[in-house]
Amino acid sequence: MDYFLDEQQKTIKDLARRIAEERILPVRAELDEKEEFPWDIVKDLADADMFRVFVPEEYEGLGGGCLELCLVVEELSRVCSGVAVTYAASALGCMTLMEYGTDEQKRKFLPDIASGKKLTAFAITEPTAGSDAGNIKTTAEKVEGGYLLNGTKQFITNGGEAEIYTVIALTDKTRGARGASAIIVEKDTPGFTFGKKEKKLGIRTSATRELVFKNCLVPEGNLLGKPGLGFIQAMRLFDRSRPGIGSQAVGLAQGALEAATDYARERVQFDQPIISMPVVQHMLADMAIQVEAARALVYAAAKYVDSGARNVTEESAMAKVFASDAAMKVTMDAVQICGGSGYMRDYPVEKMMRDAKILQIYEGTNQILRNAIAVNLRKRKARTA
Amino acid sequence: MNIVVCLKQVPGTTEVKIDPQTNTLIRQGIENIINPFDAYAIEEGVRLKEKDGGRVAVITMGPSQAEAALREAVSLGADEAILLSDRAFAGADTRATAYTLSRAVAKLEKCDLIICGRQTIDGDTGQVGPELAEMLDIPFVAYVSQIEEIRDGYLRLRRMVEEGHEVIETTLPAVITVAKEINVPRLPSLRGIMKSKSAVIPTWGIQELGVDESSVGLSGSSTQVIKVFFPQRVHQAEMLEGPLEKQVDTLIDRLKSAGLC
Repeated sequence: MDYFLDEQQKTIKDLARRIAEERILPVRAELDEKEEFPWDIVKDLADADMFRVFVPEEYEGLGGGCLELCLVVEELSRVCSGVAVTYAASALGCMTLMEYGTDEQKRKFLPDIASGKKLTAFAITEPTAGSDAGNIKTTAEKVEGGYLLNGTKQFITNGGEAEIYTVIALTDKTRGARGASAIIVEKDTPGFTFGKKEKKLGIRTSATRELVFKNCLVPEGNLLGKPGLGFIQAMRLFDRSRPGIGSQAVGLAQGALEAATDYARERVQFDQPIISMPVVQHMLADMAIQVEAARALVYAAAKYVDSGARNVTEESAMAKVFASDAAMKVTMDAVQICGGSGYMRDYPVEKMMRDAKILQIYEGTNQILRNAIAVNLRKRKARTA
Repeated sequence: MNIVVCLKQVPGTTEVKIDPQTNTLIRQGIENIINPFDAYAIEEGVRLKEKDGGRVAVITMGPSQAEAALREAVSLGADEAILLSDRAFAGADTRATAYTLSRAVAKLEKCDLIICGRQTIDGDTGQVGPELAEMLDIPFVAYVSQIEEIRDGYLRLRRMVEEGHEVIETTLPAVITVAKEINVPRLPSLRGIMKSKSAVIPTWGIQELGVDESSVGLSGSSTQVIKVFFPQRVHQAEMLEGPLEKQVDTLIDRLKSAGLC
């Protein structure tokens, strides 16, 4: 399908694909096996200006939007979803800064993020606050000279590797979620350490780690926007970042579809390539339909975000839910088509199937997002009633 | 340091087919790429510039579509690109090519180092680099695997030889051809690609170079391609029989009549 991307979008997509095929493909199995953070690839992405894509031009970026980010994530994920999330998480970690930061704050942090010199991470999840994201306990007490952070963040993508962290913490713990604020914490700030590195089912090259704050003093100037708005900022952030997870799913599913198609053309049983068998053909056709439908919805949602629409909760949730469910189904079917070989680590599809599961879980479980979509349906009905 | 990199656009495949009717390469459906060895030359030039400053100019001789190769070189960090294109250049052998390149280098202002790939993957001769140095009457070093030191008028480098390497010192300007061991070429950057799309690439023909039509292209060539073909492999075996001494006599007779002894 032709989505009529403009010249710059095509350039971004083509170069991302080239990096994925030339630099990531040869090492993806090793990165997965060893659970090593892909620093060499991060450098390649930085040298190719990929971290500039989502940063405004006045801060040394290329001024791309949600769609441009999605194109890069999709192409990286087609080859390795673990690398894709590492890249995408660095966009997530600076989106609150880009939306609510002052010019001074942006000038301080964004150029190094755009050049790829510094990775970022976003931290809201805690042991008590997953889907119930408002139930965070980490505090940021206002003291002389700044904010004093105490608490633990859990499952933070790019944790330990990123230099710049956007942390949601309670500046007023009496007010619960309404007392939350977004604060930038730099690595190596005294009192900021890292807990255990998680061992995961999939996306194993990406780093997932605990952040531990013990009397960590952060300058007052690191607060993003107004105090007390942190929870709302985070929810608004996810509304704008979810098409990115959708694109990660689209790329992953595309990769699985291609791998399964290649295998079905080569694998001969009963004297014929199995792609000649109607049962396999229909499975592949269903996979292709899912991938293309997911891509169309993700691109549409990304463009809607880029249009500046005020409320994109429903659309971005739909894109994330549909695409991630599709990726789970498509990768499972890819393993099925590849049969015994597909189950083996010598073939790429078992990794793709492991990588797919997280997409239904992070940045809002698909159940929580269905709730959000349903709430909007009810509201709309109530308004018209 | 002012650096000139010479490159060639070649078919991006090793499975070239020849049209048996016309004896020419079938180019349809084959994507053109920068000659892979030249990619190392571009990378080395750009690295030298990034380290010590200066400019990198890339030149190629070819048809108008060779401009794409120059744009790619700009996306990889070259500052300036010049296309040498003229009907009169067609059919050039390595000598005529080197002559044309040498006139272009002479026309460019100050030039300290000229870098070429060690050979092309289509012609495979490896002659253009050394011929270019001869025509410019400057030193030449082939198969360079490392530039150890470069400063005004002085260059020390390593060149690959069969078992190991040689360290060579030379004055500048000089021409070198590089081996793939010298570096790992980078991928283009988005800003580089955007810059390359708007880059102005002048075309120089015989007028701009101030050369005579008879010294370039086919008429300036010492060699001509008469025919391109796959050599037929002919196997003929004859088993000699009889007593051993007779077999030896027969063999000697055969070798004598074939003029081999």
